[in-house]
Amino acid sequence: MFSESPLEGAEITASGVGSTMREVETGRDSRNLLPSGASGLETIGAHAWFGKHHAIEDVSLRFPKSSVTGLIGPSGCGKSTFLRLLNRMHEFIPGTAFAGQVLLDGRDIYAPEVNATEIRLKVGMVFQKPNPFPSMSIADNVLAGLRLARIKTADKYMLLEDCLVRAGLWKEVKDRLKASAGSLSGGQQQRLCIARALAVKPEVLLMDEPCSALDPGSTLRVEETIVQLSEAMTIIIVTHNMQQAARVSDYCAFFLSEGGPGRVVEAGLTSTIFTNPVDPRTADYVQGRFG
Amino acid sequence: MTAATNQTTVVQPLRPWRPTFSQQFARFVTVVLVVAAAAVVVLVSPLAGLAGIALVAIPLQMAVSVARSSRHGSVAARNDVATSLIWSAFLVLLVPWMSIIFTVVRRGYQAISVNFFTDDMRITAPDADLASGGIAHAIVGTLIMVAIASIVSVPLGILSGIYITEIRGRFTKVVRFIVQAMSGVPSIVAGLFIYSTLVLYNKSYSGLAGALALAVLMVPTVARTSEEVLKLVPEDLRFAGYALGSSQASNVFRIVLPTVRSGLVTSGILGVARVAGETAPLLMTAQVFLATKGNPLDGPLGSLPVVIFSFFQNGADNAVTRAWGASMVLMILITFLFALARAVSADRRRSRR
Ligand SMILES: Nc1ncnc2c1ncn2[C@@H]1O[C@H](COP(=O)(O)OP(=O)(O)OP(=O)(O)O)[C@@H](O)[C@H]1O
Ligand SMILES: [Mg+2]
Repeated sequence: MFSESPLEGAEITASGVGSTMREVETGRDSRNLLPSGASGLETIGAHAWFGKHHAIEDVSLRFPKSSVTGLIGPSGCGKSTFLRLLNRMHEFIPGTAFAGQVLLDGRDIYAPEVNATEIRLKVGMVFQKPNPFPSMSIADNVLAGLRLARIKTADKYMLLEDCLVRAGLWKEVKDRLKASAGSLSGGQQQRLCIARALAVKPEVLLMDEPCSALDPGSTLRVEETIVQLSEAMTIIIVTHNMQQAARVSDYCAFFLSEGGPGRVVEAGLTSTIFTNPVDPRTADYVQGRFG
Repeated sequence: MTAATNQTTVVQPLRPWRPTFSQQFARFVTVVLVVAAAAVVVLVSPLAGLAGIALVAIPLQMAVSVARSSRHGSVAARNDVATSLIWSAFLVLLVPWMSIIFTVVRRGYQAISVNFFTDDMRITAPDADLASGGIAHAIVGTLIMVAIASIVSVPLGILSGIYITEIRGRFTKVVRFIVQAMSGVPSIVAGLFIYSTLVLYNKSYSGLAGALALAVLMVPTVARTSEEVLKLVPEDLRFAGYALGSSQASNVFRIVLPTVRSGLVTSGILGVARVAGETAPLLMTAQVFLATKGNPLDGPLGSLPVVIFSFFQNGADNAVTRAWGASMVLMILITFLFALARAVSADRRRSRR
């Protein structure tokens, strides 16, 4: 499980960030700000369009294995759009377009021979709005991914309990697993969606403001889960909560659109972004001066 | 200053939003008074009959509700006008509907007896005594033909709904256009189509031909309604499925269809409702047959609409009574089928693992 030594990761991180600071100031390439891992997820010059609207421009980021990256930035700057590029959900919206490369463990997920379904199994997603399946019970929702992708599991009940515990929902639903998912509160539904995403054991988990509908207690539980999961999983989380980004993420990328398409202004170690950012706009944003 | 929660009173659950008994009683008395006043007006004026009473009572009731609610402001008054309008519309619609049921029962109940359900018209003349003969052949024939038509057209209709809403392939517009054009086909043309193909080719009328004529009429109804139902599935749910690594097929069959199960059952019910009383296409395809039989491939097959038609054509008192009785059976049968479809689909959901 813990294939990579955390020490090794830290070393790469330090050198990776130090050597590329200059490049940010010239605004040429933000890709190397994140350390180069042997495996993980990487985007190279990614662009996204909705019809004529250029939503994202030239985003190059690297998400090393077993790390948590926070995506921050004001509303409408393209964070959700960027997430959808990473598991090929972008193409479901009619009229959209994409340019660039997204590499999962070095393999381009947009290559013609790649099966998008297989990619989505490896790159799971928790959406901004809770979307449990209303026709299924709570238990069936958690296990839905297994049934949809026809995955066999030895012990479904263990997996069910494990996922619900990690999503911080087990205590509330353990006596009503057969009840309809629609009978849960909004926050409970969101935690159910997190449990559902965990059940298929993805390599990468994309979370789009997973805590925006949650109370502080559940938020804390989900944050603990994120930290715990990141030992074996690459996690990318969009959040508007700066404290949350600081608490859970190892790296941060700051998106900004300034009227035109969204781009990455700055990316790097979370501690650097929050305490000693290079770009003044980043400093303004993380300190709550705009956005 | 002690906390109020220290009190030991047991709190009863209440429903303060419900009108109290005296309010309901007052409302009832007002309606009775309004109708009585309208009756008086009808007596002393050239207006006449039920329609006259309705014509006076409806505006009068609205005026009374406005007068009563205007002390709560104009919003309350407008709300009350709308409420009375909707109730009046409901009552106006209820009258013809009830009168149809009432007429059918009043004129047909004499035909109802055990032999009416167990016997057929093989050796009984249509105008013979009601103690012999029955419509078992027609009940069985209708059930067989409606069942075959449903088996053919419900899957076809739902599949074309899926093609239009889920697959959104290159022919979406064409399929939708054809479905729309088909729903305008007069039923006699559907009968003629099956007659000129299947019946002439086999040189024989048959229950199957009748069922297929019904299916031609049923497919567009099912396709249209299931398309509308499938459109109601939120896009979020499809995305949730895909994000879990689902293929499009799994997504459609395990998420989208189960989400709208009851809507799809409704589309099937509407399809059955569309065809169960069709007479003309059956006359041209399944024709008339007076003995009970279960084989839709073996020559003509009787059906409820066709026996109703031929009993009426006979014109004798007993035959006409039989026609009303058969109409009553047809109505009860359809209602029963609908209730059955609802019960089956609801049951499935509850006992699902
Ligand atoms: N389905 C769509 N069709 C057209 N334009 C879209 C669509 N979705 C997003 N956009 C546009 O793309 C841009 C980026 O949107 P996106 O949803 O990625 O923002 P975001 O950073 O996630 O914002 P928020 O923090 O509010 O969720 C916005 O200008 C938005 O209007
Ligand atoms: Mg968003």
